[in-house]
Formats: sequence, structure tokens, C-alpha cells
Amino acid sequence: MNTEQILSALAYVIFAPILGGLVAGIDRKITAKMQGRVGPPLLQPFYDVLKLFEKEKVVVSRSQNFYVLTYLVFMAFTGALSYSGGDILLVIFALTLAHVFLVLGAYSVNSPYSYLGAERELIQIMLFEPIIILTAAGMYMVSKLTIEGGSFRVWDIATLTTPVILYLPGLFLAFIYVLNVKLRKSPFDLSTSHHAHQELVKGVTTEFSGSTLGRIEIAHWYETVLLMGFIYLFFGYNPLIAVAAIIIIYLFEILVDNTFSRFKWPLAMKSAWMIALILGLVNLCALYYVKGGSL
Amino acid sequence: MAYLKKSPWIMHYDASSCNGCDIEVLACLTPMYDVERFGIINTGNPKHADILVITGSVNEQNIEVVKNLYNQMPEPKAVIAVGICATSGCVFRECYNVMGGIDKVIPVDVYVPGCAARPESIIDGVVTALGILEKKKAEHKKAQKERKNAGEKK
Repeated sequence: MNTEQILSALAYVIFAPILGGLVAGIDRKITAKMQGRVGPPLLQPFYDVLKLFEKEKVVVSRSQNFYVLTYLVFMAFTGALSYSGGDILLVIFALTLAHVFLVLGAYSVNSPYSYLGAERELIQIMLFEPIIILTAAGMYMVSKLTIEGGSFRVWDIATLTTPVILYLPGLFLAFIYVLNVKLRKSPFDLSTSHHAHQELVKGVTTEFSGSTLGRIEIAHWYETVLLMGFIYLFFGYNPLIAVAAIIIIYLFEILVDNTFSRFKWPLAMKSAWMIALILGLVNLCALYYVKGGSL
Repeated sequence: MAYLKKSPWIMHYDASSCNGCDIEVLACLTPMYDVERFGIINTGNPKHADILVITGSVNEQNIEVVKNLYNQMPEPKAVIAVGICATSGCVFRECYNVMGGIDKVIPVDVYVPGCAARPESIIDGVVTALGILEKKKAEHKKAQKERKNAGEKK
């Protein structure tokens, strides 16, 4: 690792929560506008988290807060790894590990709603996983066009001069389809949702309160910024287009969030895997055949 | 800092209300009143809530539920009794199964009378509760310190 990589990792760890919180604030504002409301102040997510840190800690099991802390640490680590240009496969595995810790935290307490949320969180991990791994494989294939032997390194992929999006349009669409899984938005807000009181109470976060809930929120901000980085990788050849794409896609996801109701898990599962299979695999196969032996 | 005031999350429980006040509580969330402007979120989870909004007079069957919800909320917390039934039991107070107002079961901080309580007065009640929350926070901190000091002396 050189100093530049260490600096960008540090910058991510420090600034990602700020950016993520701001994005959450803008998100809530836009959502309110879409519903014809005024909406909360821009900095509302920060007020919420700071308030949570002022509240009493209610602990059901001793290990639960430790799991959440690990979730936060691994989420920050995942992003730092990604933004410092590390191996994209390692980023994906660390991301999964972070979520596994959240699931373990939810399972460590004795609450039916928490269990339900944990099970659904596992389903969400299963939804997201195939597509993101196929995306990594696709990016590796594209990188082979210009880099001898190809590369899984985020830094190499982000600085590719070939427009990745033109080679991986199917995978990109599949990625957009499941992005709301990780953004915890409708139609895939199965495991925890602001709107599912009757069904879930609060799902995976039901038994976490006070500062622990605040940590989950901060981890989510980290994740939002990490996912934006993933979108960037598709447009790495032109940073301006990349930033524009990130903004447009995020607005689109907010629109989807506001127009769709929550899917049942079988539908979510089937649709996500079908799309991953059809768009993703066909995209990869087509790329392989078109480029012939060069891949 | 007073972040508690900027993000009060409420939980709404219907203790045998006629639904009139419940609908008025939900009306507060609509574009017309939009309480999210003040950072107020309607959460369904007592562990995330700061303010418990109860409508209706408590009856024998839900005493335990009300107590349980109240006990699950982390400090500092406030309770608002919305509607005249929650305040005093109103015309139902003589019923064989009705306890009367919410304050018969758990301590109530703010009373919002009305049948049904208007959304404006409910929002006013929440704003009043915010001041009480701040006071409670100071008390809670003081109590914690004393407990800590007592622990050290041992």
C-alpha cells in the first residue's frame, strides 16, 4: 500500500459518514417532496443519530452490542478497502461478513421480530450476492481488454479507459434492480423498514436501542457511500458522467421506493435471481463470445 | 446538546380507543400537518421511541400491554394521553372493565383532551412533551451519576 491509498482509505473512514448522512437527509427531503410534504430539515439524520447517542442503553443480551460494533467496523473496513483500491472480491466478502454480524446480533436476542428480521436479512444477502459477484467477474473480464491478465483491483477498474458500462449493460441493470436491497428501500425493505410496524415492528433492528441503533445507522451511511463507489466503477472512464450517473440512479431508487410496495420474499427472491441469471449471465456470455479468445 | 428536541420519535398505542383519536394521530403524519418537519417519526417499536402516545381509556385486558410498552422504552421518555378517554376515561369511566385515564396505570406527562383531539392540539402536546423530555434527561443523568458514585463508594 502506498501513502495515496492509505490517505484515501482514511478519507473514506472520516468523510463517508458525513456524506452518507447528507445523502440520507436529501433522500428524506426528496421523498417528502414526492409525497407533497415539506419534510424534515436536511441535517435530520444527524440529529437522529446524535439523539440516539443521548438515550439510555437497553441491552437484552450481552453480545448484541458487540456484534453491532463489529458490523460497523467491518462496514467501514469494507469501504476503506474499496476506496483505497483493494481487491473487489475481498470487498464483496467483507461486505457480506459485515452483514452476517448484523444478522448474528439480531439472532443473539430472544425476540420473534428480531428473528424474523434476521431471517429476511439473510434472504436479502442471498438476493444481492449473485449479482455483485457477477459484476465483479464482469469487471474483471472488461479489464482484460486493456490490462494484461486482467485485474480484480478496484483501483485498476476505476481507472479503466474503456467505458465499462458499454460492455456490461445487462449487469448494470441487474445491479440497479437489487440496489434497493442494500439501500433498505421498497420493494426490498424486507428485513427492516420504517413502514412495516404491523408486520415486523422494526425487523432486524427491533432489539437495538440508543447508541447501538445509532451505530447501525452510521454503518448504513458507510454502506451507501460504498455502493455509490460501485456505481462509479461502471463509469470510471469519465468521472463527470460517473457522478451524474450516481445522482440519477439514486433519484431513481428514491422514486422506486415511493412507487412500489414491499415485495413478499419469494417474489423478491425469484425476481432478483431471474434478473441476475438472465441479464447478468447473458451479458457475461455475450461479452465472452463477442470478444472471442481475447478474454 | 439538545438533540432530543430535534428528533422525537413517537410510538402510538390504542388502549381501547374508538379509533377517532387514532385517526387524528395518523392525520398528523399526512401532508396536511406533516410532523416529520419537526423530526417526528412514528415508530412501531418501543425500544426506539421517545414519546408514547396513548389513545383511549385503559381496560383490564391491556393494562399489562401498556405497562410493558412503557417499561421497554429507554430513558428519557415521556407519555402523552391523547383524547378525553385517555385523560380521564370520559363516559366510559364507570364501565366495569375500564380503569379510567392512562395515569391510573403509568405516569402521564401531557394531557391532550378533546373528542377527538384535533391534530393541532396533538402536535402542541408533543411539543410540550419535548420540554419535559429535556428535564427528564437532566434528571436521568443526575440519577445515573449518583448511582455511579454510590457504586464507587462501595
